[in-house]
Amino acid sequence: MYYRIRHYVKSFSLWELLKGLNLTGHYLFAEKFTVRYPEEKAPQSPRFRGQHALRRYPDGEERCIACKLCEAVCPALAITIESGVREDGSRRTTRYDIDLVKCIFCGFCQEACPVDAIVESPIYEYFGNQRDDLLMTKERLLAVGETWQKKIDGNLAQDSKYR
Amino acid sequence: MSDQQQLVTIEIDGIPLQAERGAPLIDVADAAGITIPRFCYHKKLSVAANCRMCLVEVERVPKPLPACSTPVNDGMRVHTRSPMVLAAQKAVMEFLLINHPLDCPICDQGGECELQDVSMAFGGDVSRFRERKRVVRNKNLGPLVATDMTRCIHCTRCVRFGEEIAGERELGLIGRGENAEIGTFIEKTLTSELSGNIIDLCPVGALTSKPFRYLARTWEIQQFPGVAPHDAVGSNIYIHVKGDRVMRVVPRENEAVNEVWISDRDRFSYQGLYSEDRLQAPMIKQEGRWQSVDWETALIAAAAGLQHVVQNDGPDAIGALASPSATLEEFYLLQKVARGLGCHNVDHRLLAQDFRDQAHAPLFPWLGQSLAELGKADVILLVGSNCRKEQPLINHRIRQAVRRGARIFVLNPIDYPFNYPLTKRLIANPKEMITHLAGIAKALNPKDPSAEAIGIPPNASPKEVEREIAEALRTGARCVILLGDIATAHPQAAHLRTLSAYIADHSESTLGTLTMGTNGAGAWIAGALPHRKAAGQNLETPGLDADTMIAQGRKGYVLLGVEPEIDCANSHLAAEAMINAEFVVSLTAYRTRPMEDYADILLPIALFAENTGTFVNAAGSWQSFASAVTPPGETRPAWKILRVLANLLDLNGFDYMDATQIRDELQVLVQNADSPEKKDRWRPEKLGEKVAEKTNDKQQLTRIGDMPIHAVDPLVRRAASLQKTPDAGEGVIRINSKLAGLLGIWEGESASAVQDGIEKTLPVVIDERVPDQCAWLPAGIPSSMGLGLRFGSIEISR
Repeated sequence: MYYRIRHYVKSFSLWELLKGLNLTGHYLFAEKFTVRYPEEKAPQSPRFRGQHALRRYPDGEERCIACKLCEAVCPALAITIESGVREDGSRRTTRYDIDLVKCIFCGFCQEACPVDAIVESPIYEYFGNQRDDLLMTKERLLAVGETWQKKIDGNLAQDSKYR
Repeated sequence: MSDQQQLVTIEIDGIPLQAERGAPLIDVADAAGITIPRFCYHKKLSVAANCRMCLVEVERVPKPLPACSTPVNDGMRVHTRSPMVLAAQKAVMEFLLINHPLDCPICDQGGECELQDVSMAFGGDVSRFRERKRVVRNKNLGPLVATDMTRCIHCTRCVRFGEEIAGERELGLIGRGENAEIGTFIEKTLTSELSGNIIDLCPVGALTSKPFRYLARTWEIQQFPGVAPHDAVGSNIYIHVKGDRVMRVVPRENEAVNEVWISDRDRFSYQGLYSEDRLQAPMIKQEGRWQSVDWETALIAAAAGLQHVVQNDGPDAIGALASPSATLEEFYLLQKVARGLGCHNVDHRLLAQDFRDQAHAPLFPWLGQSLAELGKADVILLVGSNCRKEQPLINHRIRQAVRRGARIFVLNPIDYPFNYPLTKRLIANPKEMITHLAGIAKALNPKDPSAEAIGIPPNASPKEVEREIAEALRTGARCVILLGDIATAHPQAAHLRTLSAYIADHSESTLGTLTMGTNGAGAWIAGALPHRKAAGQNLETPGLDADTMIAQGRKGYVLLGVEPEIDCANSHLAAEAMINAEFVVSLTAYRTRPMEDYADILLPIALFAENTGTFVNAAGSWQSFASAVTPPGETRPAWKILRVLANLLDLNGFDYMDATQIRDELQVLVQNADSPEKKDRWRPEKLGEKVAEKTNDKQQLTRIGDMPIHAVDPLVRRAASLQKTPDAGEGVIRINSKLAGLLGIWEGESASAVQDGIEKTLPVVIDERVPDQCAWLPAGIPSSMGLGLRFGSIEISR
C-alpha cells in the first residue's frame, strides 16, 4: 500500500524528471572540459604513438644502421628495408618504407630499435589523398624526424627514467 | 692396434653409450645428440682446445675437461649440465665477451652466429664488464672476405683451415694475450682457391662475405639445395635467396662429394647472374638491328631459319655446340633436336682438338674411382693439370692423400704451384709431354713388342725422372693417373690418353679423367657427341667434332650457352666461323658484342640457380637440382626452349612436361644400353696419324693457353668479385729468361704475339716456370681473345 502511494506521488510530481534536470543543470554551471579541436588540443602522453619518424644524431648522421630488427618484429609486416654498404663503408639502409595503411601503431619497432632511430612521433594529424601518401619512404621519415626533433627528443627524455 | 678399435661403454648425463676407444668425447656426444657448446672445435680440423667452451665434468677428475681433446675411456661418467659445468660455461662465456663488441645489429653474422647462440643458451644475462674493450684494426684480405677483427674470439679455425685444408699458411695468430690477433702478418690478398670457407668456419662475424656484406639478414633468407655449376665435382650447395634474388651460396654437406667445403668459384659465381649484359627477352636481328620479340616469334623464326639451312644445304650444314656445363637434360634435347633434323654435328668438347680415339672411348670419361678413394691413393701422376685451380676440390682430395703419405708426380707444361709437396715434377714443352709419357711407358715395360703400335718409339731411353715415376707406379699399392684439362685440350690429346692407358695397364693403376666443365660426363651420357647417340650408342658415320665444325665452317649454328670466341679451342677461327655462317641461333644467358655481330636469334636461357636439371660429376654420380629463383624477364630454361623448338620443327617425341621426365627417359636408355662398358676407362689404342699443324718457322714457339680458374664459363667470367682476385688471369705474355734473352725483350716491355695473322700487343713478364720455346698466354681473358689455338704455335716479337 505504502509503495503504491509513493509511486503515484513520484509520478505526478515529475520527480525523476527533476532529478535528471538537476544532473544536467549541474554540468550547465560546472567547468567545461570539451576540447575545441582544432583550436584547442588535448594533452598528450610522452609515450603517444603517432606517425613514425627516423631520427638523426646531433651531428646530422642518420641513426638507422639497417639492422632490420624493426622489420623482423613488425606484426603487421608494414616495414620494408633494403640495406647496403655506404661509400664510407658503414651499414645503411638503401630503402626504408613504412606502409601506414598496414601499421597498427603497436610501437614494437621503436622498442626493437637498438639505436633509437625509428620512433613514433606525437603526430596524429596526417592524411593521404592517395594510398601513396601513406607510404612513408626513408626521406619522408627523416624529414618528419627533423621537423619534430625537439618534441621527439623531449618525449624520449621524459620517458627515459621509466625504462 | 686392436685395442684402439675396441668399443668402450661410457655414460654421458646418465645415458650409456658405446663408442670407439680414443674417440673425442665431443664426437661421441654429438652422435648421441647431446649438445656441448664449442667454438674452436670443428670436425674437419685438428683439435686446438683453446676456446674452453666445451668443458665437461668427468667423474673422478677434479677439474672440468675440454670435451674436444678428451678421448673416451671405458667406464667414463660424464656430466654436461652439472653445476660445475654450468658455472664453467658461464665463466668462459663471460671471458669471451670481455672483448667482443656488442655490434650484433650491424654484424652480418647476426642471426647465424655461434657466439650469439651459445651466449643465449649458456651465458649469463647481464654483463659485469664496465671497462674499455679492445679494438683491432681490420685486415684487407682481398675482394672475397671482409674482416671485422675486433669481433674475433681467437678460435683459430681459420688458421688451422689454412694449414690443414687450403695448404697455405695465409692467416696466423700474432701476439699473445690481450694483444693476440689474427692476421696475414704483411697485408696480402688471400690467394687460396678455397678461401671462402673461412667465412663459414668463423663462429663469429670476424670473417664475412664481402660481396654479401650488409645486403640481407639471415632470417630474411630462404635456403634451397643446389649443385654448383663450375667443376667436375658438382659440389653440393645451398642457394640463399631473398625475395627472388640469389644473395649468396654456401656449402651443403655431402661427405661423398665436397665434404663441407666449396671452392670460391662455386661460392661467388652467383654474382654473374645479375650481370648487366644479362639477356632479358628473346631477340631477333632484322635488317641489322636487334629487336626484342616474344617467344613465339623468336622460336618460329629459329625453326624457320634452321629448316631453311636444312632445305638448301642439307642437315649436315648445321652444327650444334654446347657448353660442357649445360645440364644433362639440355644435352639430351639438343642432340635429339639435331639428330631429328638428320644432323650429327653435335659436340660439347669445345676445347679439345684431338678426337682420334673417340670411337674407343668408355661410356663417359671419368675419374675411375670415387672421390673418397682418390683421397686414399698412394701414388698419383697428374698429366697436364693445374689441378689446384682447375678442380679445387679434387685437388683437396689429392692433398688428403698427400697427408696420408702419398707421392705425387706431375707432368705439366708449366711449373704450377701446388699446395702440397711434389715428389718429382716434369715440366716440358707441350710437344715434349708425349715423349716424357712414352719414356715412363718404356721404363715400365722396356721389351714390349706391341709398344711401338701405340706410339712408343722403340729406341726411347727413359730419363732418370721417368724411371723413378715408372718405379713408383709399379710399386705403389694404389696408383692413380689423372688426365687434366690441359691433357684434354692438348693437340695430341688422344696420344696422351693412349700412353696413359698403357702406363695404367702396365702398372695396375687407375686411370682417371678430370671431365670438362661441370657436366662433361653428362654430355657423353646424353650423347652431345658427333659419333655417339644417347647412352653411348656408336654411330656408323659420325658427324663432325667441335674442332672440325669450327675449322670447316657450317652454314647454320645452334649454340647452347657457348661464347665461341672464348670457349672454343681456337678463338680466332671460332669467331670467323660464326661470322661466315648464314644463320646462328644462340641460346645464351648474356648478350655480348661479338654475339650481336654474328648471331641472328638470341634466346635467353636460365642459369644454374634458375634452372632445373641434372649434373653428372667426374665420379659418375647423377645429381639433380631444382630451381631456386625464377629466371629474370622472359628468360626460360633451355630444356623448355629446345622442347618447343622441336615441336615447331615437327619432330616427334618431345612432349615432356618437366625436366625429370627427360632424365628418366635417359636413365632408362643408359640402363638398357649394353655397350660400351659402363664406367670403363680409356684403353691403349693404335691411333691414326693426326694432321700436323703447319709449321715452317724455325723459331717456332708454342703457346700455352690454359684457362684461368675464373674464366671457365660465361657465368664465372661475369662474377665481379672473382674477377678482382689474383686468380682472374693476367693479360701478359710469360716467357722464361732464356727466351727473353733470345728475343731481346725485357721484363715489363710490350711484345706482340701473333697467331693466325692476328696480333696482340701485351706486356711481357719473365717467368722461369715456363719451359723453353714456350709462351704462356692464358685463354678465356679479354686480352687474348681473338688469337688462335690455345696450344698452337705463336710468334713473339718486340
